[in-house]
Amino acid sequence: MKAGAAVAAVVVLAALPLFPALVGGYTVTLFTLIFFYGFLGQAWNVVGGYAGQLSAGHAAFLGIGAYTAALLSVEQGLTPWAGMFVGGLLAAALGTVVGFLGFRFGLRGFYFVLLTVAFAEICRIVASNTERIGGAVGYYITFTGDARQMQFQDARMYYYLALVLMLAATGVVAWLERRRFGVYLAAIREDESACEALGVNTFRYKMLAMMLSSFLTGVGGAFYAFYLFSLQPNTVFGIPLSVEIIIRAIVGGAGTVLGPILGSFILSPLAELARHYFAQGGWHGAHLVVYGLLLIGVVLFLPEGAYPRLARLLRR
Amino acid sequence: MLFGGVWSLMAVGLTLIFGVMRVVNFAHGDMMVWGMYLAWLMAARGGVDPYVGFVVCAAALFVLGLTVQRVLVQRIVDAPHEMQILLMLGVALVLENAALLAFGPEPQRVRSALARSTVWLGPVFVDVARLITFGVAVVLTLALSLFLFRTDLGRSIRAAADNPYGALVVGTDVRRVYATAFGVGAACVGAAGALVAPLLPFSPSTGLQLSVASFNIVIIGGMGSLLGAFVGGLLVAVAESLGAVFLKPSLKELVSFSLLVLILLFRPAGLFGRRAS
Repeated sequence: MKAGAAVAAVVVLAALPLFPALVGGYTVTLFTLIFFYGFLGQAWNVVGGYAGQLSAGHAAFLGIGAYTAALLSVEQGLTPWAGMFVGGLLAAALGTVVGFLGFRFGLRGFYFVLLTVAFAEICRIVASNTERIGGAVGYYITFTGDARQMQFQDARMYYYLALVLMLAATGVVAWLERRRFGVYLAAIREDESACEALGVNTFRYKMLAMMLSSFLTGVGGAFYAFYLFSLQPNTVFGIPLSVEIIIRAIVGGAGTVLGPILGSFILSPLAELARHYFAQGGWHGAHLVVYGLLLIGVVLFLPEGAYPRLARLLRR
Repeated sequence: MLFGGVWSLMAVGLTLIFGVMRVVNFAHGDMMVWGMYLAWLMAARGGVDPYVGFVVCAAALFVLGLTVQRVLVQRIVDAPHEMQILLMLGVALVLENAALLAFGPEPQRVRSALARSTVWLGPVFVDVARLITFGVAVVLTLALSLFLFRTDLGRSIRAAADNPYGALVVGTDVRRVYATAFGVGAACVGAAGALVAPLLPFSPSTGLQLSVASFNIVIIGGMGSLLGAFVGGLLVAVAESLGAVFLKPSLKELVSFSLLVLILLFRPAGLFGRRAS
């Protein structure tokens, strides 16, 4: 079975780059979104899934990355290919601050959730009130189609970019899971006091997880900025975006390598189709009702997520 | 400042639910929005003034809270915090977007004849609607504390909050107590919603802001403390209006969030809380 799964994985991996050549524009867009949200879910997974620190403010990191890359590109002419890492580093800096405060002051559960929400909301309010970056109206990037500025005429380029992001993040997480670092994180999630009693510096590992997670999310911000070409504080820093990120990892299976990806494959098409069809009929919000029901269902009946269950079914 | 009464009532509902069950009701603001829409429906269709209709809203939300508790929350009372948060987040998503489906995204406002009249109160000029809202909210909060401290059911709610196992041993039906507490908490926020509906334009997405605002207040006042929630509500209202005066109106939320972060870090039990969990 294990060999079979490996073969299947290789086949899928080989097929993904060829895929856009075969299908139409909308499917490419759909898969771009699946990969991108899979990437964001995976980035969240490091701190939310493995380390078990439920951050509900990941939108802050995405927003900082997005604004940084966009501003550097438009105002300074710095290519987003470099700007994305600057954005990642700034996001990681904020992650360090939030993590330091949260972990040093021992905030757990609901208190940590609120701390992360508060920081994301503070970012949102500050961005909305800074006229220099567009204020509440938002920041717009003029489309030039210049590949050096991460702008492409061809939607397939975004597909590949999102695919690379997702695979890179998944590679990082898969590598991390095999290292001592990943094991420590899982141990912290399961029983932090026991972990500490055994001499693990839990503060240090939680901080590292938070920094890695916020760095990845910040890097993703550049993609967000140059895929959508417009940034509104209420959207990029908003709580709903954080929920979008979390829900994929949870439904797919937090703390597993493939969980967030599976979650994105389940939820992103659902969201897109619902947005497409329900919105036309004036049924705004229908897909979010489905999200909510799904979240309730997962918590009650499938608390570990879809991936572990699926893996067990396949192994049988 | 007069807004603070409603903030207090809203936070009292949240803190009651948390104090008794140790479950954070993430759908709190969305329940409030349903209260607002009920008031709006009654005012628009039946011509019922929200200052009378709030009783119906409270009753309807009591039933909603009871149902949510019986069907969903009861199953996860002993689950890890993360699971509870996610479940309530699911409930919040369903409630918010069901409102979006039912009423559409346009902001609504309830018209009340009282909202247009004003009165001189000593040296200041106050509109009647705010005054009534404040008065009713304060009376309801007082009634709730009387209920909790003077009636048998209220006493058993407090007993179950202090020590669920002990309450079970002496013969309290803890599940019923939990359901009642959740219902009463939801009723508070339903009444708060109806009372504030004439003053505050609302849309389904208001729910999230209201939830976050009530978490703010409850954390600042102290999780599970009724007095804390009450004083916290007034405090946040004052802090925000001071922020609106001295900074920019759009920055007023910044004040309460900064206050929240400081309290979280230096006094996680809140100003009136007994201990951090």
